[in-house]
Amino acid sequence: MIASSSVGASVVVERLVKRFGAFTAVDDVSFGVDPGEIMGFLGPNGAGKSTLIRMLCGLLRPSSGRALIAGLDVARDPEAVRQHIGYMSQRFSLYADLTVLENLRFFGGLYGVEGREFEARSAWALEMAGLLDRKSALTSELASGWKQRLALGCAVLHRPPILFLDEPTSGVDPIARRAFWELIQQMAATGVTVFVSTHYMDEAEYCHRLALMDRGRLVGLGAPEELRHHALRGALLEMDCEPVGAALEALQAAPGVFDAAVFGSRLHVVVASADAASAELPAYLGARGVRCTRIRAIEPSLEDVFVQQLGAAARQSRGAP
Amino acid sequence: MSIQRLTAIARKELIQIWRDRRSLWIALFMPIMQMGLIGYGASLDIKHVPVCVSDREGSQESQDLLKRFQASVYFDLVGSVADDRALTAAIDSGRCRIALVVPPDFSRTLRDAGGSSVQAVVDGTDDNSANVAIAYAQAVISGYSADLRLDFMRQRGLGAQAAAPLAVEPRVWFNEDLQSRAFIIPGVVAMVMALIGALLSSLTIAREWERGTMELLISTPVRPMEIMLGKLVPYFGIGLLDAALCATIAVGWFQVPFRGSLVMLLGTAALFLIVVLGVGYIISVLTRNQLGASQIALLVTLLPTTLLSGFAFPIDQMPAPIRVLTYLVYGRYYVTILKAIFLKGAGPQDLLAPILALVVYAVAIGALAARAFRKRLV
Repeated sequence: MIASSSVGASVVVERLVKRFGAFTAVDDVSFGVDPGEIMGFLGPNGAGKSTLIRMLCGLLRPSSGRALIAGLDVARDPEAVRQHIGYMSQRFSLYADLTVLENLRFFGGLYGVEGREFEARSAWALEMAGLLDRKSALTSELASGWKQRLALGCAVLHRPPILFLDEPTSGVDPIARRAFWELIQQMAATGVTVFVSTHYMDEAEYCHRLALMDRGRLVGLGAPEELRHHALRGALLEMDCEPVGAALEALQAAPGVFDAAVFGSRLHVVVASADAASAELPAYLGARGVRCTRIRAIEPSLEDVFVQQLGAAARQSRGAP
Repeated sequence: MSIQRLTAIARKELIQIWRDRRSLWIALFMPIMQMGLIGYGASLDIKHVPVCVSDREGSQESQDLLKRFQASVYFDLVGSVADDRALTAAIDSGRCRIALVVPPDFSRTLRDAGGSSVQAVVDGTDDNSANVAIAYAQAVISGYSADLRLDFMRQRGLGAQAAAPLAVEPRVWFNEDLQSRAFIIPGVVAMVMALIGALLSSLTIAREWERGTMELLISTPVRPMEIMLGKLVPYFGIGLLDAALCATIAVGWFQVPFRGSLVMLLGTAALFLIVVLGVGYIISVLTRNQLGASQIALLVTLLPTTLLSGFAFPIDQMPAPIRVLTYLVYGRYYVTILKAIFLKGAGPQDLLAPILALVVYAVAIGALAARAFRKRLV
C-alpha cells in the first residue's frame, strides 16, 4: 500500500551503533525528529553520516541500538519501512541506460504507483525536474543537476512521508543546488520529514535542525541559530596577522584563548572576552614576532561552531584514557 | 510476492538487454558461432588419412593392393617415397600419417610361400586416430587377401568352399550413417545453453552492484524473490529462443535427424534452463562484479560440460572415479536427453531417469538461488 498523502512521520533513534570490524562508523547516536522537519547531518567525510542514513533506510543492520521510522523498527520490519521512505543515495544510482520516463516507470512499478496515479505523479516529477521535453532522453545524457532532480522525482514518486537524501547536491552546480533546496523546502512544507546529509556549510542554513557529526559521534544538535549562539563558548574574533603560521601557533597557547583556526587568509579566534583579548593579544603576539593589522569581533558562522565542536571532541577523546 | 514489482524488474531488464549490445551478441550470435565451430571442428570421423607408399616391387599385385587404398574413402595416397630416409622424412613432416612399404619380393612370396606381408609405418602421435587408421588399413588388406584366396580357390575349382562360412550383417540404428556429427551436435545444443544461460545470468546482479544501482534497489520494498524471478524471466525466454535456434541449425544445416517432438525439446530445455540460470544467478550474487562473475560462470560450465557431459567423449569409456563425477555434472543429463530426443525420438517415458535428475537439480539450485540474495549492503 502506498501512503495516501504526504503526511510526515516521526523518527526515533536510540543509541544506534554500527561497527565494521574494529572500526566504529556510528558510535552511540540518539535523537528524535518530528514530522515535517528538515534534519541536516553535517560533518567531514568519514564522519558516519552515510552509514547512519543507510541504517535508517534498512540498508545496513545496526550493531546495536534501534531506529523507529513511523513507529516501525527498521531492523525488524525493513520492508514495511521501505514503503514509507524515499531514498537518494550519495552516488547517482538511477539506471543510466534507461530513459527518464523508463526510470520513473520502473520505480513506479516497484512502489505500486501505476495507472492514472502514475500518470499524475510522473507528470509532476517531470515538471519538478524540468524534464518535460526530455522524457525520452537516456538518463546518461543528462547534466548532473537534472540527474539529481530526476533521482529526487523517483524517490518521491510514491509520496513517502520520510525522505532520506545522502549528499544529494555533491557535484551539482550552485544554481542547481539552490533550485534543489527550494524543492526540499517545498516538500517539507507539505509535511514530509526530510533527512539530508551534506558537507556544504551554506546548505546547513536551510535545515530546521542540524546534527554535527564527527568520527561516528554526534557532537552537536540543534537549530542553526541555536548552534551559532549557544554552542560557542565565549566570543569570536577575526584577525589579520603576519605570518599566519606563527600567529596560529602563538594564539593556541595564549591566555584567554579557547581555540584558533585559519579561515582563508585570516584567523578566527575563540576567546573568553572579546574586549580583553582585543586589548592584550597584539602585545602578546608582537613579543613573538607576529604583527597584527586588524582585530574585530564577528558573528560566529556554522563553520566556526563546527570547527570548535570538532576540536573540543578531539581534545576530549585525546584526554580520555 | 507482487506481480507488479516482478513485471517492473523484468521490463527494466529487457530494456537493458536490448540496449546492451554485448548481451544481445552473446545471446544471439554465440549459439550460431558455437554450433558452427563445434559442428565443423569436432568431427571424430577419421577419413582421408594421408598415405605415402614405398612400392619396392612395382608389380601388378602391388599396384592392385595400392589401388584398393586409393579407392577407400578413409585413405588418400599423397605420394610415393623412394627409400627409408624419405619415408621417415614424410612421416616427420606430417605429409602422411601412414607409410606403406611393399617389399621387393611381394608377388613372389605371395605366389610361392602362400603368404606375404606389407609393412605399415604409422604416426602414433594421435593414438586414437592411429588405432582407427590401423584398423581401416587392416580391413583393406584383409579384403584384398580374401579376394586373392577366392581367386586361388576358384582356379582350382573350389569356388563353393571359398566363401566365408560366417558373416555379420550389421544394421545400425539411430545414427544410420555412423556420422559422429549426428552424435555430437545434439550435445552442442546443451553446451551452448549451459554456457550462454550461465554467462548472461551471471551478469545480472553483479551489474547492479557495479553500476551502483543496487543501493537504490535495496531501499525499495521489492522482495529478493521478485528481483530473482524478474531478472531471470527475460533470460529464460532468450534461452528457449536459443534452444530453438540451435535445434534449427542442427537439423537445417548439419542435417542431424530430429525424430522427437518439439514439445519434448522445449519442455526439457525449460527444465535445464532453470538449473543453468540458477547457477549463473548464484555466481552473480556471490561475486558482485561482472568480470569475475563471467569468468567463474565460464569456468564452472565450460569445462565440466565439455569434458564430463558425454557430449563428445562417451561416459562409458571413462575411468570409474571420473564416471562417478559425471553424475554431478547437470549437463550430462541434458546431453543424454537431447541425444535421445534427436536420434531416437524418445518421449518422457523413455527419459524418466535423466528428467528426474534435472528436476532434482532444478529444485535444489532454485532453493539455493532464492536464499542467496539478501537485501543488505554488506
